[in-house]
Parts: sequence; structure tokens; C-alpha cells
Amino acid sequence: MTALVSVRDLAVSFGRTSGRIAVVSGVSFDIEAGQCVAIVGESGSGKSVTARALLGLTGGSVTASQLRFDSTDIADASPRQLQRLRGRDIGFISQGALVALDPLRPVGREIADSLRLHTSLTASQREARVLELLAEVGIPNPILRASQRPDELSGGLRQRAVIASAIALRPRLLIADEPTTALDTTVQSGILDLLERLRDDGAAIVLISHDLAVVSRLASHLIVMKAGRVVESGPTESLLSDPQHPYTRSLIAAVPTGRPRFSRLTGTPAGEPAPVEAASFTQAPVTHEEVLAASGLSRRFGSLLAVDDVTFSLQRGRTLGIVGESGSGKTTLARLVLALERPDSGRVSLLGEPWTGVPESARRARRPRIGAIYQDALSSFDPRWTVGRILADALGSAAGVAELLTSVGLSPELAGRRARYLSGGQQQRVAIARAIAPRPDILVCDEPVSSLDVSVQAQVLDLLDELQRSRGLSYLFITHDLGVVRHMSDDVLVMRQGRVVESGATESVFTAPQQQYTRELIAAAPRLP
Amino acid sequence: MLWAVATVTFFAIRLIPGDPAEAILGGPGSQASAAALARARSDYGLDQPLFVQYLQYLGRMLRGDLGNSYALKQPVITVVGENLGGTLLLALVSLLVAAAIALGLAAWSAQGGRAASGISWVLEVVAAAVPHFWLAISLILLFSTTLGWLPPVSVPGPLGLVLPVLTLALPLSGFLAQVMRESILDAMASPFVLAAQARGESSGGVFWRHTLRHAAIPAIGLAGWAFGSLISGAVVVETIFARPGLGRSLLSAVQQRDVPLVLGVVLVVALGYMLVTTLTDLGDHLVDRRLRAQ
Amino acid sequence: MRQVWLWIGGAALFFLALAALAPGILAPGDPLAIHPAQSFRAPSIAHLFGTDESGRDIYIRIIHGTGASLLIGVSATAIGVGLALVFGLLAGLGPRWLDFGTTRFLEVLFAFPGLLLALLFIVVYGPGVVASTIAVGLATAPGYARIIRSRVLVVRRAPYLEAATVLGRGRWFRLWRHLLPNVAGSLFVLVTLGIGQSIVWASSLSYLGLGAVPPAAEWGAMLSAGRTYLTSFWWMTFFPGLFIMISAVATTLVGRGLQERSRHS
Repeated sequence: MTALVSVRDLAVSFGRTSGRIAVVSGVSFDIEAGQCVAIVGESGSGKSVTARALLGLTGGSVTASQLRFDSTDIADASPRQLQRLRGRDIGFISQGALVALDPLRPVGREIADSLRLHTSLTASQREARVLELLAEVGIPNPILRASQRPDELSGGLRQRAVIASAIALRPRLLIADEPTTALDTTVQSGILDLLERLRDDGAAIVLISHDLAVVSRLASHLIVMKAGRVVESGPTESLLSDPQHPYTRSLIAAVPTGRPRFSRLTGTPAGEPAPVEAASFTQAPVTHEEVLAASGLSRRFGSLLAVDDVTFSLQRGRTLGIVGESGSGKTTLARLVLALERPDSGRVSLLGEPWTGVPESARRARRPRIGAIYQDALSSFDPRWTVGRILADALGSAAGVAELLTSVGLSPELAGRRARYLSGGQQQRVAIARAIAPRPDILVCDEPVSSLDVSVQAQVLDLLDELQRSRGLSYLFITHDLGVVRHMSDDVLVMRQGRVVESGATESVFTAPQQQYTRELIAAAPRLP
Repeated sequence: MLWAVATVTFFAIRLIPGDPAEAILGGPGSQASAAALARARSDYGLDQPLFVQYLQYLGRMLRGDLGNSYALKQPVITVVGENLGGTLLLALVSLLVAAAIALGLAAWSAQGGRAASGISWVLEVVAAAVPHFWLAISLILLFSTTLGWLPPVSVPGPLGLVLPVLTLALPLSGFLAQVMRESILDAMASPFVLAAQARGESSGGVFWRHTLRHAAIPAIGLAGWAFGSLISGAVVVETIFARPGLGRSLLSAVQQRDVPLVLGVVLVVALGYMLVTTLTDLGDHLVDRRLRAQ
Repeated sequence: MRQVWLWIGGAALFFLALAALAPGILAPGDPLAIHPAQSFRAPSIAHLFGTDESGRDIYIRIIHGTGASLLIGVSATAIGVGLALVFGLLAGLGPRWLDFGTTRFLEVLFAFPGLLLALLFIVVYGPGVVASTIAVGLATAPGYARIIRSRVLVVRRAPYLEAATVLGRGRWFRLWRHLLPNVAGSLFVLVTLGIGQSIVWASSLSYLGLGAVPPAAEWGAMLSAGRTYLTSFWWMTFFPGLFIMISAVATTLVGRGLQERSRHS
């Protein structure tokens, strides 16, 4: 049986003839009909470009000794041939579920476009077909939804609409580029179910993702890419249980799901003491010294009760994880704790003294006791300031900047640079350095690793672990990622629609959840087999 | 809004140094007699308290009475009415030509035409840096004096409209092209364009169905401003090409310090601006249904 | 590629600055010297740009007029941006009612197209160099004010201001160290672009006979004088206009270049 897709020695490069940059080189793989193949890699690995080469949409120059879909040679196809192929034989579910639909056009029109381009159906036939497709991908009330614009739909519904548009002509190959990134855990799980069904119906799927846990559920075959090359490929099970290449091994190790507290996610760097035995440090010592406490916190925005009667307590040296999906009120809770927002009712106390309900001027002297890091580190830096100035400002003097940079694993030479020229991981390290500069007792971490690649995420999580132990820091750790929260926290608070659904010691919440919602959340979280 | 505009102009006029009655009679050089001044004052209601004058002014405005021109001794509304048509025609044709040029360039450069982005870049610089009068002079020198194709002054009929329209349209198209180009580039880089291409849409289809709308939104938003700049430009263009119109009457009114006429023209233009912005908002809602929900 | 244009614009600005500060170096001679016998000479080696109705050398007049013309552009921009800063900062930083009031007032001013606002001012205060400079400043102020206000609103909501609060920085620290420098940074480009615009506007007023008046060696005034002879002696209007354009193109190129540079970095 010949493969549906056959790629040999694919190379893609960008730029003019001088200074050409190769983004992908020497990539080869086959896809059989009805098979799901996943291309896994971190940002810049060339995985999206590889997939787009199958559509002839890289925007760069493509060479390959073979680049074949069915009987069509894609590398040599004319633009018209490619246009006929796209949408009809190859469906594309593009990256960025939330922006893949034209914000100015009704959702139904976007889906009908595929039919208009490839069939001779009349407008009313197309309309009827669109409604069928919307129902098929699990969108309730298709008549209403088809006439709405993307911004009136939730993220999950939008991604389903994108899928409906991709499968409108029953293509034999579906390319899904990060189809669940930026979606909530439970929504993500629903989308993966849908893709699974399409695969079982006979479509071949190329699934592109940075998340090993997501792809391992669907793909029978994995291709691991790094810096434009394939480092390892093979059947999913054997590749995950017995990875050959060190990069694959580090990727698997970097997934925090199911890794005990304080165990390192990255390899031990040379010259550092061996990691503390995982077993002896699965819990932070209980000191019973309360550094932060909230009782009955509520905050309302108009008719929306963003935070509803939240109570918690954080002890010195420990981590309290707050986990919830979008709209659960976890970020508002962080802002209340940082006294950036005034609670409608309830109190926060810091180191035993009232923190809310006093004027900002009275708080200011105690502000150094509590720091914060955010998901988007870069926007939290003044764009006109260098790294050195940012840190000197937080320290109160330029003297300790080099030492501070070293303590977060950065070279002191970076002090002269502006943050926007650093990588995402470096930016987050600078943010951490700034936050620990005034030697705080507490750090509020609001989704600090959500926009980082998994290996960088692992490094940052390891750094936070180290700092916690060496400085006795207490963390309020906010995230949507169950794997991360389980790895990082001693206690956990599960939030939904502003309320605390369940709370308790992390391990007991995860192993024996009491509430239905917690159980659903845990079941939906992707994990490695 | 119109009330606010009227109020601002009313009080601006009160700032004029010297006696308004004197200005009516031809300025300080006219050596008007005391009796003539007194008559002018009572004719124009200048002997009333300021507040009463203000109310009378508003009352007249509501009746559409903009007063009498000092210099032309005619009702302002008549003067404005006679000249409005010519200016509106000029502005409208220029706007259409500018929009056509900008749209053509946008479509062309969106298809990857390198020459198109070069031309629009030149037009952008022209738009920002070339005064209307200099463009007009250059066009006259080229097409009338040297080539002799077109008349240097505006004659009735379409031929006389060509140079004035070009003078107004070229810079405007540069501004429009610039705004449209940026939003086209933004739209072209969006995932929904990739999604459309992956659906099998041709590059022309992507442009007409997706990018054009996104480019139109900021351009439509500029319409109020474009109207203003066309009227500003009309003052210069009508003067150079000796075309009768609102702009030329405004200029001569300014030169003669014919306050009621200046006020009348300015108010009419402000009214026009408001009309255009209202229409713009409606147009925005047609293109961008997101606004309707709000 | 665009960076090349930035340098070309910069070089042109340098040339203009030299002409403004030391006109004698580029064009020795008296801009007001009358030679009735040599009136209306076409451009030649002796008179690069020709002569005017009184036989004055147009090249010398243009170079010597650079200072006055640029001064008008710079002062008008300073007036416009200065006023706009007051309004923009009041609206952006003040309480909500002040923002509301200022924004409505600006909206009213927007109903008057720029040149009309300038003409209105000239009707009130009479024509002349000073009046036309102030008029151009006033006419451009609402546009600047709107840009400054929206910039202030963007910066005010920026996460780095919140990060400064978390670090325990007070209101004034945030205002002086973060907000104002970041607003001022974008102002620089605005001012560069604005000077060229102001020169164009002021020259338009001069051309209409409402600004500087002959025999002053100011570009707009020279244009106005040459207007009568437009079809017969084109050089009288062409060359002053060319210089107005060169200065406006130069500031535009520099402004755009800086804009793109800051956008890419």
C-alpha cells in the first residue's frame, strides 16, 4: 500500500538568495490513510512550516526530492492545482484557534466558502450543509451560530467552527496546527475527542503541537523536531517509553505532570550539587507561620461576581496553588491579594497585619514584602529601561545587579540589554530577579510559565523551586495547568466562576477529588501514558 | 454639537479687537461718521447686552439666517448657497478619484506588486510634504504651459475639473493608501488569511473577501478628516484655478474681514463635517457588524 | 532600505540648518539688494534660480529666507504641541469629568478643518507672520492633543505601571519615571513630522497673502509675490515652493524613518 503523503528531504528556507535562512532541512516522513502522525517540537523547531509545505503555503522556498500527496507532486504543482487541492483534499485547522476566523464575517459564511470554492452547490444548499456541519462538530444551535461573528463565540466553539470549515469537503488529510493551544483544559479535551472521531472515520491527520501529552492521545506515530531537523521518529508508544535521543528524553522529562514536588524537571547542570532526593522533599516543611491570609474576599464587576467569598491561608516556605479555567476569577484574586484592586468585602492580611482596608500610603512601606511575576513578563518592564536599570531600580542601588542576575541563572552581561531582545525564558528570569530583589516573603505568580515552551517552562519551574528553598519564599501560584500546579504546590484551591470549589493538600485533592468539577478537570487534563 | 460649534464661533468673534460696527463699514480706514456707526450697531444688534446678542444669534441660526455679508451686502445664506455646489462637486469627485487610486494601489500591492508599493510610498510622501498650491502650480506648468493639454484656469465643463481634482486627489490618495496599506499588511499576516488560503481561496479572493474590508475600516474612519482636508484644499485650489466656490468666497471674506460671511462658511463646513462623520459611523456599522452588538 | 531614506532626510535637514544658521556661507550676497535692470532673468549660472521683479537673486533670497521659514514651522509646531500637551495630559491624567469635557471640546474643534480654524484666527487677529504662525499652531493642536491623550491612556494602563505599584512606587515616581518619558518618546516622532506640516501650512497662508508679506525673504512671501507672474516667470514660484517641499520631505523622511525604527526594535 502506498502512503497518502510522502515527504523526502524536505527543506524550506526564507529570505533572499543572499543570507538565506534554512528553517527546515532533511525532513522525511510518510502518512498512511486514516493514520494520525504528530509533529512535536518547541517554537522555532520548524514544525508548522513543515506542515504548511504540504499545502504549498510556506511563504518561503521549498525543495524536496519528494513531496507528494496522493498522486500530486506538491512541489511542482501549479497555483491553480494547489488551490483545488486545498480545502477539498487537504483540510487545514490553523494555529491560533481564536483568530483563525475573519472577525468581520459571519461564521457560517466562512464555512460556506469551502463549499463555494469546491462544489457547485447553490447558496441555499450551501447554507443547509453548513448547518449540518456545525451540528456535526458539536456546536449547539447551529442556525444562531452560523449568523454570528467569531467574537460572539467562545474559544471552544470557534475552534469547532474552524474544524467544520476544514472538514466541509471530507478531505482525506487534515492538518491541525496547535488545535488546542490557548483553550481551557475541558474544552481542549472536547476538541481532541472530535479529532479522534474524525480519525476513526478515516481521515489522515497531521497533528502539530508542542505538547507531548496532547499528541500522545491521538497519534500512532511521532516525529520530534528541533531546529528544523527531525531528531527522532517512531511509533508513539515505543518513542515515549524508550526515547533514544537526549532531546526527546529531556522533552519527556520536562513535562511536570505526575512529577513529585521539588524533583528537578531539567537535567543537573554541571558543577551544581546533585538534586535533593525527591522522596525526602515531596512536601515543604509545615511551619505554621501564616504569611498571607484572605477571608471572605469578594469582588464584583457590574453584574459579574468575579471573586466570591474566597478564604485561604498561606504558610511560610509553602506554595498554595490556585487552579481554574478562564473566567474562574483567579487573576482577579491575584490582584486583590496584591492590593491592586479593592475588595467589595472580606480582608487580606499580610504577615499578621491588615493589608486591605488601609490607605495605599500605609501599604507602600510594606510592599517589598510581597512581589509578583506575570504571564507576560515583557509588558511588565518599562520599554525604555535596560535590564540593569530595571533591577537596580528594584534593588535601590546598582551594586547588586550582577549578583542578582547570576542568582536567576542569567549572565551579568545582560544588564546592558533591553528586555525585548531577550528570549521568553530570559525575560521571565529577569521578572523573577526583579521580584526577589527586595527580598520579599511572598511571591504571587500569575501563570508565570503559560506562554513558555515546555523545556523553558521546566527551567523556570526548577528556578522557582530552588529560590523557594534557598530563600524560604512562599508562593501563591496561579495557573490553568493541572500538571504544573500539582508539581509546584503543597496545597491547592480549585476555582470556578469566582468560587472555591475544592481545597486541600495537593496530593489528596488530585488523588481523591471530592467534587464533580474537580474530577472532570482532572479527567480532561492530557497526560503521558 | 452644532450648538457647541456655533457657540465657539460666536465667542471667537467677540475676541476681535476694535469696534465690530467699524468693521461692518469697511474697517478703521473708512472714517465712518458717528451716526453711521450707531445705525450699523442697531442694524446688527450690537447695542444689546452680550447675552441677548448670543440668544438672538442662536435664534437666527435656528431659522437658517446667518446674517448679512458686510462686504457683499447680501444674505450669507444666499452667498453660501450659490457657491456650495461647485465646491461639493469638486470635493466629491476628488474623493472618488482619491479612493479609486488608493484602492487600486492597495489591491495591486496586496497581490505582491512591488511597483505598487513604490508608487504608494511616493504618494505618501507627496501627501505629507507637498503643499496644494505647489502641486497645482506644477500641474499647470506641466499640462497647460508646457504640454498645452488642459486649461490653466477652471473653465466650465469636465475638462476644467481635471487639474483641480488631481491637485486635491493625489495627496489625499497618499494618506488613504498609507492607512490602507498598514491594515492590509496586518490583515495579510492574520491566521484567518492563511485559513482562507488553506481553504483553496485564490489571492484575488482573499483580497476581495477578507483583506479589503479590514483595509476599509480605518479608511472610512478617515472620511471626516478627508472632508476637512478637501475643504481646506479647496480654498487654495479654487483660488489658483479661479474656480467659483465656497473656498474662494471664504478667502476673500477673510481678506476683507467680512465676519458674517466667514462665520457662515465655517458653520456650513462644520455642519458638513458632522454630516460626514454621522454617515461614516453608519458605514462603519455596515462593514463591521461587531459594532452593532455594542 | 528605508534607513537610507532616513539618512537622506537627515542630510537635507543638515543642509537646511546650515542655511538657516549661516546663510552667508551658502549664498554670499544681499537678499534685499535691488537691480531693476536685471529683473525677471531666467535661471542661469549667474542667477541659479533666476531673479524676481526687482532683479533680486532668488537663490540668495531663498537661502537667506531659510531661517525665517523654518522658524515659523518650528514655532507653530511648538505652539501646537505645547497646547496639545496641556489638553492631552489634562484629559489623559485628570479625573473623568475633565477628560469628558476636554474630549468634547476637542471634538468641537475637529469640526473645523485645520485651515479653516487658522483662517478664523486670522479674521480675528488680522494677517501677519506672527498671526499665521499662531494660527497654524492652533489649527494643528487638536490633532496632536488627541494623539497625546490616547498615548497617555495606553501608557497609563500598561502593565509596567502596575508592576511599579507592586514594587511600592508612589504616584509621582510612576508619573515622572515611567509615564511621561514613555509619552514623550512617541512625541519626538510627532514633532519631527509636524514641523514639515507646519511649514507647508504656514506657506499656504503666506501664499494666500495672509502670512509674511513681501519683500521679506520668506518662502511663503516669495511665493505670494510670484503668484502674479505664475505663467510667465515660473521660477519665481517654483523654487521657493521646491524648498518648502524639500524641508517638508526631509522632516517627513526623518520622522517616518524614526517611526519605523522604533517599531522594528
